[in-house]
Amino acid sequence: MKITYRDREWELQGRRRVRDAIKEVRLIPQTVLAVRDGKLLTEDVMLEKDDEVKLIAVISGG
Amino acid sequence: MKCRKCSRPAVLNMRQHNLALCEVHYLEWFVAQTHRAIKKYRMFGPDERVLVAVSGGKDSLALWDVLLQLGYQADGLYIDLGIGNSTGYSAASREKVEQFAAQRPDAHPVFKVVDLEAEYGETLPEVAQRVRRGHGKPCSVCGLIKRHVMNRVTRDGGYDVLATGHNLDDEVAVLFGNVLHWQTGYIARQSPVLPASVARSETGHNGGLARKVKPFCRFYERETAAYALITGINYIYDECPYAVGATSLRYKEILNRMEEESPATKLQFYLKFLRARKAGFFCERAEEVELHPCSNCGQPTSVSGLCAFCRLWIRTTGAEV
Repeated sequence: MKITYRDREWELQGRRRVRDAIKEVRLIPQTVLAVRDGKLLTEDVMLEKDDEVKLIAVISGG
Repeated sequence: MKCRKCSRPAVLNMRQHNLALCEVHYLEWFVAQTHRAIKKYRMFGPDERVLVAVSGGKDSLALWDVLLQLGYQADGLYIDLGIGNSTGYSAASREKVEQFAAQRPDAHPVFKVVDLEAEYGETLPEVAQRVRRGHGKPCSVCGLIKRHVMNRVTRDGGYDVLATGHNLDDEVAVLFGNVLHWQTGYIARQSPVLPASVARSETGHNGGLARKVKPFCRFYERETAAYALITGINYIYDECPYAVGATSLRYKEILNRMEEESPATKLQFYLKFLRARKAGFFCERAEEVELHPCSNCGQPTSVSGLCAFCRLWIRTTGAEV
């Protein structure tokens, strides 16, 4: 599966849940939203090997 | 995971509330919770005029959207700080706000722009560099300018209240920082509603601070982002270039790590703080500062003479504000 976040991209092998994928790319699940095919996903959703998931950063401010 | 209210797939699981909702029910919940917060904290009534400070980001545009949906008289204010060139951060943010207003012709949202360079002759980066305040970063000057302009436009425009899109993550990051440094005065003043205050004047200046409210103060940042994404609000995704490495972002990260380990940590930190504040744990009276109207603009200042905003422009250039 392909995971993108800002200008970064990862290729992960096999299936895994959204929460595990986020942790695997060393992000904090609380700080992102996962979107597949334009739809938001909860953290328990199982991702398949061909899925493309975009992680949206939700933290802003300064 | 399924929506608690129907059998459709949930789009957001809010662990701190033990609540997962589908798109339709999430939007309903979000709008209802905003309305509830406005009433609970007595932020403003249905007949009052609200000015929403909009930055082009997800929080402020979502707030403006919800207030318009709820039928409030809500106008927008965008302050163009001139960050970046003609295609830079400020220009891109302003475009998002213009697009938002243009996409809602039925609501007739009124949208005011204060262009710093056009009104005062300098952009934020220029004035920050000239006054050398903030150790090379313009954030403190930015805060000073925004507070002044927002208050001025609220008062001059005859608005009853100024609304900002601060969310719970913003509030707990500020609270966390103030507790770490025991900034008791700031802790005592932190609230979903900052009441209007009047600057005492012998010269008849119409000084004072407008009432400020934060209707999103109980939402986690991921909830406002989810609302913006689901409703298709086109907000500025990029961070302000000066926010990189900001202390508040570090605090947010620490708090989110704690939230991961122990859901509802942020919510409890904030709500229990509000409860303690209401119970009188923090003494506002001891920290109260007498406000005087600025001798140039009439806005409140804690010292006699010129306010910090007017000193920015007058002391160093001799220019009139």
